[in-house]
Amino acid sequence: MTCLDNQHETKQYTYLSRLLLVLLFILHMYNWYYSLGSSFYSRTMCTASGVIANSIRQKLQTALQTKHLEVLNESYMHNVPKGAETHFKVVVVSEQFEGLALLKRHRLVNDILKEELQNGVHALSIVAKTPEQWDSSDKVVESSPNCRGGFGK
Amino acid sequence: MNSVMRRAFFPIYNNTFKSSYRLFADKSINDKIDTIVKNNKVVVFMKGVPDAPRCGFSNAVVQIMRMHAVPYESCDVLADENIRQGIKEYSNWPTIPQVFINGEFVGGCDIMLQMHQSGELVEELKKVGIKSALLTAEEAKKENSK
Repeated sequence: MTCLDNQHETKQYTYLSRLLLVLLFILHMYNWYYSLGSSFYSRTMCTASGVIANSIRQKLQTALQTKHLEVLNESYMHNVPKGAETHFKVVVVSEQFEGLALLKRHRLVNDILKEELQNGVHALSIVAKTPEQWDSSDKVVESSPNCRGGFGK
Repeated sequence: MNSVMRRAFFPIYNNTFKSSYRLFADKSINDKIDTIVKNNKVVVFMKGVPDAPRCGFSNAVVQIMRMHAVPYESCDVLADENIRQGIKEYSNWPTIPQVFINGEFVGGCDIMLQMHQSGELVEELKKVGIKSALLTAEEAKKENSK
């Protein structure tokens, strides 16, 4: 009897371990697939996916009725953790800039994004143009200057 | 998951220490900044010093000033946390660097770059009696070609 019992137990044990192995394998494959997917996702969507980037986009769109809007997360150029949303560049084209000096346009954008600038956004580079100026420009936005490591202290 | 957590918490963690300085950025800092700005024709509030800027945006402004050979006073905001916060309130401008010409706030890095490219900066400097080196070079070129 004891012998039979033992056999039964071992059988059950092997069955369980096999199931576990299969499960582990599935989990592993899932992880692998997910990692592929996510890296692909982050590579293609890095300029648009962030939480803060989205809120910046939405605020500018509603406040300025933008004709053209780019929100670029330039944090990767700086000394911050991967995936951070600290350094941004925005290209804003709006009719509301008509007749406003450069300083006033920038102040307008800074004001709209006041909350973001106080809560984690460390740098904001602004290109503010009227639709006419944007159409007559070459529509190429220069990249921001290289970081010099002054983030934080 | 990790990146999501980081995204969610990084702003908070980044901002914990900043708010405490607000209390100390009182009137005396405002006055201090005011005297610096009013006593110099051109002032640049920047990160680091002109010989060793510690931020790409500050460096860009320094390079523009160098190109125009503008004599200017610089103030390192990293050396004094009170000034770093105080200057943002003084000019109602959220970022560093900040440029003042003749006691008036002109702009940050983006505006300086655009003014440099459009030639507005040369005019602005002329108004306060500073002749841009680029203008001098241009005149010399014309003289030579005559």
